[in-house]
Amino acid sequence: MKKTVKIYQPSEEENPLPVVEGVKCGFPSPAEDFSDMRLNITQEIVKNPASTFYARVSGNSMINDGIGDGDILVVDKSVDPYDGCIAICYVDGEFTLKRVERHNDHLMLVPGNKAYKPIQITADNHFTVWGVVRYVIKKL
Amino acid sequence: MIMYALADCNNFFVSCERVFNPGLNGRPVIVLSNNDGCAVSRSNEAKALGISMGVPLFKIRDIVEKHHVAVFSSNFALYGDMSRRIHQTLRQLAPAIEIYSIDEAFLDLRGLERTDLDAFARKASAMCFKNTGIPVSVGVAPTKTLAKIASKHCKKRPELQGGYFLHQKEDIREMLKTVPVEDIWGIGRRYSQKLNSYGVYTAADFVTLPPEWVKKEMSINGLRTQNELKGESCIDFLDFVPPKKQICVSRSFAREMVDFGNLSEQVSLFTAMVCEKLRRQKSACHQVIVFLLTNRFKEDAPQQYESRMFTFPVAASSTLEINRVVLKELSFLYRKGYGYKKAGVILTGIIPDDAVQLNLYDNTDRMKHSRLMKVMDQVNERIGHGTLAVATESREGIKMNRQRLSPQYTTKWTDIPVVKSSR
Repeated sequence: MKKTVKIYQPSEEENPLPVVEGVKCGFPSPAEDFSDMRLNITQEIVKNPASTFYARVSGNSMINDGIGDGDILVVDKSVDPYDGCIAICYVDGEFTLKRVERHNDHLMLVPGNKAYKPIQITADNHFTVWGVVRYVIKKL
Repeated sequence: MIMYALADCNNFFVSCERVFNPGLNGRPVIVLSNNDGCAVSRSNEAKALGISMGVPLFKIRDIVEKHHVAVFSSNFALYGDMSRRIHQTLRQLAPAIEIYSIDEAFLDLRGLERTDLDAFARKASAMCFKNTGIPVSVGVAPTKTLAKIASKHCKKRPELQGGYFLHQKEDIREMLKTVPVEDIWGIGRRYSQKLNSYGVYTAADFVTLPPEWVKKEMSINGLRTQNELKGESCIDFLDFVPPKKQICVSRSFAREMVDFGNLSEQVSLFTAMVCEKLRRQKSACHQVIVFLLTNRFKEDAPQQYESRMFTFPVAASSTLEINRVVLKELSFLYRKGYGYKKAGVILTGIIPDDAVQLNLYDNTDRMKHSRLMKVMDQVNERIGHGTLAVATESREGIKMNRQRLSPQYTTKWTDIPVVKSSR
């Protein structure tokens, strides 16, 4: 094996000593061991990174559920749809955001805005739940 | 006995497009290679129309129009991210995974011997689909080569629900009769032709050949493949990626490059990309090679395919240092009046960056370069590629034809899917 010799050259640098985060000379900061602990919002809102996607809302049909135009949705595809969940649904060729309610022989897609009508889903519709919404990020 | 699984995404690029555009389900869909050249991923409906793998778009224009085939440019930002999601999912299921390609991964199922592996395979497939919306075929078998065959088998049989465990001696024997030699993993087209000429058409025929003959005619690799088909594992499982000994970035241009200025902007951009890759694997390089290629399909135009190599006195990793050399070499290669179709930059003589041997006469300030590059890489990673660049780089990115590109749904905030809430 070839032996590697490192030759350190004199440098014009101000700090030729090894630089430890934010400290100018050799004495390490006592906070060094805690350097990776700053809070990261993703850890809180993303349970399953492999199945989490973001989407943007266009329109105000869910305004009474607290979701408005331009908000960002945090969607987890791995969550099973449950009665009353708010989900991105794919209905007859288009994505729509609704509350999914289970009734006896059909589903209802319920908007959160009196100006819009609920949509009844039966076996005749081309329907899938694309993903269940877990969080809403909105700018105030 | 250790078992291996192969998880293979079905028609991967097409499936990625379908996740964000469910209206494409049931329709013929194809994804094109770089520069919108050839079909590189096809939905089953597109395959049924006779669109073959790698066929150039111009040859299938009629079929595309007549059957309303949906055509996409490759969206590698999207496919790369979806691929990582699949790998993340698989990692939760198996003790070790080997990423074999963007759409295939092997799993080492050590410790899972007592599990119902048929159920395991179906569960792995179901979890991938649930997390990402991508259909994945999972084949489990005593060797990697057989796992490939098992995974292919699930694609043809939807009733298997995406998972199949191939292990009974009789099942393997029956299965091999249905596999043509050219479909065996590791047997290329040349060997298939040779085998066919000896009357060997299926994997079952191949395993009956005398091992000495196989070793003599097809090298040790052929013999390994034969043993693997017999159920004896001999292809290593690589659950770490060894650092590459050679790194290359090259692209074909959408339009031929004639002007040195335009050409050098592109080559500078390739240099920045290749150097970033080099630093990401914590390496430095001794040599850089620049190459240029004219359009060989234009027979009346002057032709050139030439490369130049430069050797650094001290292994380099700084974009600034390497770029300077690349542009100089490029100026030696460039000929006025030639139309260049492709160019590339290759780094070789790669060593770990902590093993760089300094030269006494070296007057480059390496500490300074290395700090600068660190900042540049960090900024570009956080804010986006090309935020900090060498002034000679093209600011418009690579000039590629990507007219049918879908949005970067998962890697760019301005491209995330929009959900209507207005009805």
